[in-house]
Amino acid sequence: MRGKTKILAPAVLVSVLVVLWWAAVAVSETIIVPTPWRVVLGIVELARQGTLLDHIAASLFRVGSGYLLAAALAIPLGIFMGWFHGLFAALNPLTQILRPISPIAWIPLAIIWFGVGNMAPIFLIFLSSFFPIVLETTAGVHTIERQYIRAAQNFGVGGAALFRQVVVPAALPHIIVGMRISLGVAWLVVVAAEMIALKSGLGYLIIDSRNAGNRYDLVVAGMAIIGVIGLVLDNAMRRLERLKEVRWKYGR
Amino acid sequence: MAAKIAVRNLWKIYPTPDGPLSVLEGIDFTVAEGEFVAVVGPSGCGKTTLLNIVAGFEPGDRGAVAVDAVPVSGPSRKGIVISQQGSVFPWLTVRRNLMFGLDGLPRQEKRRLADHYAELVGLKGFEEAFPYQTSGGMLKRVEVARALVVKPEILYMDEPFAALDALTRVRMRLELLRILAQEKHTVLLVTHDVEEAIHLADRILILSSRPASIRSILKVPFAQPRKLTSPEFIELKEQILRELGV
Ligand SMILES: Nc1ncnc2c1ncn2[C@@H]1O[C@H](COP(=O)(O)OP(=O)(O)OP(=O)(O)O)[C@@H](O)[C@H]1O
Ligand SMILES: [Mg+2]
Repeated sequence: MRGKTKILAPAVLVSVLVVLWWAAVAVSETIIVPTPWRVVLGIVELARQGTLLDHIAASLFRVGSGYLLAAALAIPLGIFMGWFHGLFAALNPLTQILRPISPIAWIPLAIIWFGVGNMAPIFLIFLSSFFPIVLETTAGVHTIERQYIRAAQNFGVGGAALFRQVVVPAALPHIIVGMRISLGVAWLVVVAAEMIALKSGLGYLIIDSRNAGNRYDLVVAGMAIIGVIGLVLDNAMRRLERLKEVRWKYGR
Repeated sequence: MAAKIAVRNLWKIYPTPDGPLSVLEGIDFTVAEGEFVAVVGPSGCGKTTLLNIVAGFEPGDRGAVAVDAVPVSGPSRKGIVISQQGSVFPWLTVRRNLMFGLDGLPRQEKRRLADHYAELVGLKGFEEAFPYQTSGGMLKRVEVARALVVKPEILYMDEPFAALDALTRVRMRLELLRILAQEKHTVLLVTHDVEEAIHLADRILILSSRPASIRSILKVPFAQPRKLTSPEFIELKEQILRELGV
């Protein structure tokens, strides 16, 4: 796709949807669902109060901590699971059992274990980020073509150097995909996690706006902000996929 | 003089779900120091298997393989494989690929050697390119240069130019001959291109179809540079093709 269409097409689509939304509100004469304009005013109001940035920062902090912790553990684990068949045989069934359990299902246990502070959502983020990265990393190692390993061995490269110089860079495209998927999930989960009894974060903002006077304009404003930040995060990760060191795997 | 490579009564049988698959049956030959030996045989007969065993990547089931009279127990820098599928690391630039095998040398020295060999194989100006930005012919050049840069005593080449177009293929052969005239390597080349074998090799080993055994070994009686269209060349080519059952 050409650069212009790439921006133009989604922009047109979003504009059309906004117009439809506006029309639907006008026609139905609802007083609950706000018009797009009232949402914009809501965002301005939140920004004026000065709390918006704090909420965003709180959410990003929780995502950042849980996500980075997960990556720091999941990447090495995935590499070793991919390389050592015994470790894979031992751990893969367990990961397959834990993986499909939605992080939301862990909320009650997370509250018991960590209370209602920052730790519970960070733990949930950690859980949700961990498995996609492990799985993709393992798959990345499993799909390394044998001739790369053999070439390295031919040059006498083995042990830790083999991991550093061949296994990790060969698996890196998969690792990045895993990290992109899990960042999306992490962002999804932080909002859900913040809806329980925290005093900050975008999830809290949404629940609080409803509880304190049915401010649905602020609810939708919160939703829009979550969506936009999600888009920005995803774009940042896609940028990683354009690095020359990993482009070979994605077919230009 | 002891042989550089000695293969004695080598057998290889792969276990498969349908029972044992015999691939090599009593392969026996030697390669002298500095000699260029080509192995030709029908597709799937076991050429790659033979090369992998001699290079130390797989064990044989029976028989012995020795390099410099020492039994082969694994891959070594003494003999570098240029593989059929290609093994240039796609995550490294051309220069980084060439520097890969030079661990232990000072950085400037690595870089100097890499750039020297890049130039030798005609890759000057592409040192910073990533493999996906190059052509199939250039990739093969990278692979050849990456092997040469560690100064191996033996080059194991598995259908190195098979995937290239006819023109590039001949050009690569001529360049290989030019390089080999400067740097003396022992070469074991696997190919199913009979013309390539006659063009390059001192001796040609003709294998039967699977399970491979040696049908015959013949000397190529022409001096370099060889003329691909001379009557003798074509005569020899037809003789080998007949032996291969074409
Ligand atoms: N690891 C393996 N396990 C089982 N069978 C194998 C294995 N490697 C090769 N084979 C079989 O051994 C036979 C010889 O394979 P090999 O790759 O050595 O043939 P080749 O002569 O190099 O073929 P080509 O000309 O197509 O490259 C083939 O039938 C192949 O299927
Ligand atoms: Mg082969």
